[in-house]
Amino acid sequence: MSVKVMIPTPLRAYAGKKDSIEVKAGTVAEALTALTSQFGDLKKHLFSDDGRLRSFVNVYVNDEDIRYLQKDQTAVREGDTISIVPSIAGGARV
Amino acid sequence: MATKIGTPAEQLAQGAAAPVTLSKEEILRYSRHLIMPEVGMEGQLKIRQAKVLCVGTGGLGAPLGLYLAAAGVGRIGLVDFDVVDSTNLQRQVLFGTADVGKPKVLAAANRLRDLNPDIRIDTFETELTSANALEIFKDYDIIVDGTDNFPTRYLVNDACVLLGKPNVYGSIFRFEGQITVFGYPGGPCYRCLYPEPPPPGLVPSCAEGGVLGVLPGIVGTIQAAETLKLIIGKGDPLVGRLLLFDALAMKFRELKLRKDPGCPVCGENPTVTKLIDYVQFCGIRGEEAPVITTNVPEITPKDLKARLDRGDDLFILDVREPHEYQICNLHGHLIPLGELASRASELDSSREIVAHCRSGARSANAVQFLQKAGFKKIWNLKGGILAWSDEVDPSVPKY
Repeated sequence: MSVKVMIPTPLRAYAGKKDSIEVKAGTVAEALTALTSQFGDLKKHLFSDDGRLRSFVNVYVNDEDIRYLQKDQTAVREGDTISIVPSIAGGARV
Repeated sequence: MATKIGTPAEQLAQGAAAPVTLSKEEILRYSRHLIMPEVGMEGQLKIRQAKVLCVGTGGLGAPLGLYLAAAGVGRIGLVDFDVVDSTNLQRQVLFGTADVGKPKVLAAANRLRDLNPDIRIDTFETELTSANALEIFKDYDIIVDGTDNFPTRYLVNDACVLLGKPNVYGSIFRFEGQITVFGYPGGPCYRCLYPEPPPPGLVPSCAEGGVLGVLPGIVGTIQAAETLKLIIGKGDPLVGRLLLFDALAMKFRELKLRKDPGCPVCGENPTVTKLIDYVQFCGIRGEEAPVITTNVPEITPKDLKARLDRGDDLFILDVREPHEYQICNLHGHLIPLGELASRASELDSSREIVAHCRSGARSANAVQFLQKAGFKKIWNLKGGILAWSDEVDPSVPKY
């Protein structure tokens, strides 16, 4: 299945400056593996040393958080969009 | 609805309670709200009685404060410890050039009082901490988060959950914004979305900071719209929905947010039951952290100047980004930190190398990396090109 992975602005520097990348995958885990094998620098920003998705990075399939689906085993279908949504903090300094 | 007409002063004389009528002047001022059925007199009186706290009077707080004051929000609190500097003026439209050097909350209060003299502005010229947050928040109905760093955002969230107040959230990075309403009854909080702040060092590199000046204008204005909707109780609040905005693509997207039963602060068995201060660290706000890597060899700008003047053969390595090099440079060889691993072969380890960046943080990492790669004669320029400008050549612009 060809799915589109949306890369957020803070991580584009580690993904060839692209805002989205098409990968072939049947699950979210496969899609993220395909992504990090293509862009190795992304790996440490997405996963902790034990291989778990970092707590300040959420992943969505279309508009649904994978934590409320089947986590990284969530199936993806042709044309689905996977969004990587890290926490960002910009605004005013208080 | 019948309205009793009186001047604001007469209304204030009636007692400490918020006036429940609008003066003739206010009716004229708010007429474009009053003639709309969704607001009307009932909504405008709710706005008049509303108490909103803006945490941060920077890029997000500027449009937010302006629109809330213009709309007639009866009491607006402003929290900020910072003073206006000239780099703020690119996006913080509350301030003018004459405000540079003034405390932000005072300059903001002056501007908002000029915009709307009938409302009350409270100023808190202080850093928000676990010790003062609950006390500052308690008098307000709605808290709007316009801060720029993770520790304060977790503090604002936790205080809102503990006090049961809605938190109108907006954050920005470069061209991208995120907006939602946390802490609404039954809705998710920030920790449902992200249970913990990212550890220092893993937030994307400081070199990637910066923000399109108009972006906080758009995001802060959306926060103002959500705040006014909460006040008048109309429309669908942005609860359980995360709005993502990309100004480059000019696209809005919406993701579902769910209340997490295991949330550490608003879940069924909360583990966060009082406020926590997280340590400050380099957030995604375009600023560099103080150099953590202090154990690398350093050279001061003055010593570097003396050695260059003496004609010593020093190789200057600039590890900033190409667009920073265009702002100012020391005629160094440019290899951005992110490319150093793949381009180290361009460097001659037999020569003495001085690495620099803007403030000395990235180049300290570069020095450490090159030391591990076997480079022995390498120094970090202490304080970066900023210190060079301060101590050696003031004609080099600072940014």
